[in-house]
Amino acid sequence: MSVIDALAARLRSELGSDQVITDRQRLRTYECDGLTHYRVVPALVVLPHSSAEAALTVRACAEARVPFVARGSGTGLSGGALPHADGVLIVTSQLRSIVSLDPADERATVQPGVINLQVSEAVRDFGYYYAPDPSSQQICSIGGNVAENSGGAHCLKYGFTTNHVTGIEMVTPDGDLVRLGGAAPDTPGYDLLGAFVGSEGTLGIATEVTVRLTRLPETVRTLLAAFHSTDQAGAATSAIIAAGVIPAAIEMMDALSIEAAESAVHCGYPAGAGAVLVVELDGPLAEVQAQFDEVTRLCAEHGSFETRVAADDTERALIWRGRKSAFAAVGRISPDYIVQDGVIPRTALPEVLRRINEVAASHGVRVANVFHAGDGNLHPLVLFDDTVPGESGRAETVSGAILDLCIEFGGSITGEHGVGVDKARYMPRMFTDDDLETMQLLRCAFDPLSLANPGKVFPTPRLCGERPGRRQGAHPLQEAGVAEVF
Amino acid sequence: MSLLDDLAVEAGDDDVVAGVPARLVAAPASTSEAAELVAAARGLSVVIRGGGTKLQQGPPPRELDLIIDTGRLTGVVEHAAGDLITVVRAGTPMAELHRLPGQQLALDAPPGATAGGTVAANGSGPRRLRYGTARDLLIGITVVRPDGRVTRAGGKVVKNVAGYDLGKLYTGSLGTLGLITECVFRLHPVPVAALFVRAVAPPSAAGSVLAAQFAPSALEINAEPGAELEIAVLLEGTPTGVQDRARALATLLDGEVTGEPPPWWDTPPWPSGGLALKLTATLSRVSALVDAALEAGLTIRGSAGAGVLYAGGPAPDHPVAATVETLRGTAAAAGGHAVVLAVPDGMRDGIDMWGPVPGIELMRRVKEQFDPDHRFAPGRFVGGI
Repeated sequence: MSVIDALAARLRSELGSDQVITDRQRLRTYECDGLTHYRVVPALVVLPHSSAEAALTVRACAEARVPFVARGSGTGLSGGALPHADGVLIVTSQLRSIVSLDPADERATVQPGVINLQVSEAVRDFGYYYAPDPSSQQICSIGGNVAENSGGAHCLKYGFTTNHVTGIEMVTPDGDLVRLGGAAPDTPGYDLLGAFVGSEGTLGIATEVTVRLTRLPETVRTLLAAFHSTDQAGAATSAIIAAGVIPAAIEMMDALSIEAAESAVHCGYPAGAGAVLVVELDGPLAEVQAQFDEVTRLCAEHGSFETRVAADDTERALIWRGRKSAFAAVGRISPDYIVQDGVIPRTALPEVLRRINEVAASHGVRVANVFHAGDGNLHPLVLFDDTVPGESGRAETVSGAILDLCIEFGGSITGEHGVGVDKARYMPRMFTDDDLETMQLLRCAFDPLSLANPGKVFPTPRLCGERPGRRQGAHPLQEAGVAEVF
Repeated sequence: MSLLDDLAVEAGDDDVVAGVPARLVAAPASTSEAAELVAAARGLSVVIRGGGTKLQQGPPPRELDLIIDTGRLTGVVEHAAGDLITVVRAGTPMAELHRLPGQQLALDAPPGATAGGTVAANGSGPRRLRYGTARDLLIGITVVRPDGRVTRAGGKVVKNVAGYDLGKLYTGSLGTLGLITECVFRLHPVPVAALFVRAVAPPSAAGSVLAAQFAPSALEINAEPGAELEIAVLLEGTPTGVQDRARALATLLDGEVTGEPPPWWDTPPWPSGGLALKLTATLSRVSALVDAALEAGLTIRGSAGAGVLYAGGPAPDHPVAATVETLRGTAAAAGGHAVVLAVPDGMRDGIDMWGPVPGIELMRRVKEQFDPDHRFAPGRFVGGI
């Protein structure tokens, strides 16, 4: 009996056979996440129905020395939930209960399989919402958001998942259930919760998540401004920030992405625009009005030739529809495309865009640019046709060159999609060996056997053996107050 | 001669950490010098000192050979105003970062506190309600590990998910994982207008402020035994917007609008040498903390908007262990914690200053990885770490 067969048998008896999948055809359902060109069929899929079942699954993996990968809704764009061929894929989709809603405490506690948008919907009537809003929020899970530290259009003002999670229950790679953080802030001790959020499933699996709820703003105003060029739109963005205004969101699209969105969802963006900005302001009425006047003036000053203001929720939804559909819409103008995710200092936007266009032109590749302009998070869409020999290779080259530009300008190789399997090889371009080795210290503390999502984030595995050097200082029992040295 | 011999001088009378005198003090002037110093100090027990504002708080170090002082690691390396970020050396006074041209690091800190010390001690104040704390504002960090290696995490852009967010691990780690030498912070614009609304009101009034649309930047309460409970709210924004909101809030609370905060704003409720605690709770149970602290004869103040409060008073004439135990029970029932920051001289025996901490076993394993010889601030942190 193979190790996997034995593990499957054990889990069937402990969980029930309908929660353990070994059928090859059904396993294939899980072979990729949102980054579909990486595909690996897992050896086993397990669907726990409770924290305890998740814990005993991980414990069984640990005892059998079998790697495991956690998966939420599978919408990730860096291959973070790509299965391990000889490992177990633990799918959290059955852990989908809202455990508690406490608007008076500005908290909600949910299981990891709960969908992002469901949290906001559950508390809207109380006047609250869950602020992080990745564009996949209708289908992505909170557990996945925690693993990836998901952002979204509105994180410019409100921050990322990490700023909105106050506590978790997690399964350690040993199979123990541990709570980190809590409902109240500033839990004493190391901020392991802060380190866990965004660790891409390499430190364990969140089985319960306590999130901060945000008061719904008194008012929201959304503005669409059309410019002749991305340079103008970039300058307007910088001017808005320099004026001391922090909008809820500032999004930019260039001509090619506007064309794609137009053909897909007919969002009616101004004709002939070389770039559009979507600016959203929210907060107390008087503040929003004052900021809105300022933003309108600054857009006009920097060459905006047409602005539209959403008069109601329907018009706001129409403005956002163009932006939110952009990724998928690019499929209308190109058979294949790579969604890139990089970050640059906001002020470098015009120069980096020029450099991206140069690189793209020199390789004969088209790039559509969609981005969270307010925080310098670029999402260049590198277009290609896989049926044309050499095109996918050229697209890869351009995509990689864009990341190099992000690093050159002091930015990051990922702003919200994560490193996953896709960008592990770029990590040494951003971090030194010592930086990466230090991150591995944390990993070794959580996962000495390297069983939790191995092969992700880090370019090279590290063995967590005994570190050289003589031991000094207190014995752990002495530290724990269990024993004293006389 | 190692750099240790060059830099370290005999400790003076003031070079004391929570009652434990140091043998040596050294003040490196750069990250590379700090790295060389730490490498040369192998075998010595080390405590890091910034402005020294929290040096007498917390449990004493089990041993103390060397204080590394960040007093020469100062200065703003970069202030990229257009990108709303700044890169600063760890010893830079927070006061300097509170008044960068047109912008601010929106993290309250007592006079004398440094950037590195504020991060290491996870210091915060009233404005945490709007701007968050060090963990939310720190976007990059440089640390000299206990083995002398220089490592960085994060970067210079706010949005960044590349690699582990070790900045959060170092935040609040109290110098037990290494020496912070440089920090990168997210900045905020200085608001054009700010007003305070003060009122005498019960703690439950905080809930009605939060549930309305005042968008407060800070919401503080102050309760002293025998006095009326006060609430003070900071509103920031445009001149008209702030005035409108302040007037409406003053009506709601039956209070007054002022340009200045009350005298107790962002000041600790204990005298030097007194009993000092940090208490946390979920928002709806803040009033339970207030009641328990008053019952114990302590003054309590802090952010009713965030659920983080401070309680304390002069040295009582009775042992404090029972008081600590009661408050810890109240805080735990309120979803929070009670941490003892300082105990009057001679009353420390039998008091667990940090109290029980979830995830302590993982924390020990983290310490073991970063500082296997347990040389950095030994015994100062949770669970004796």
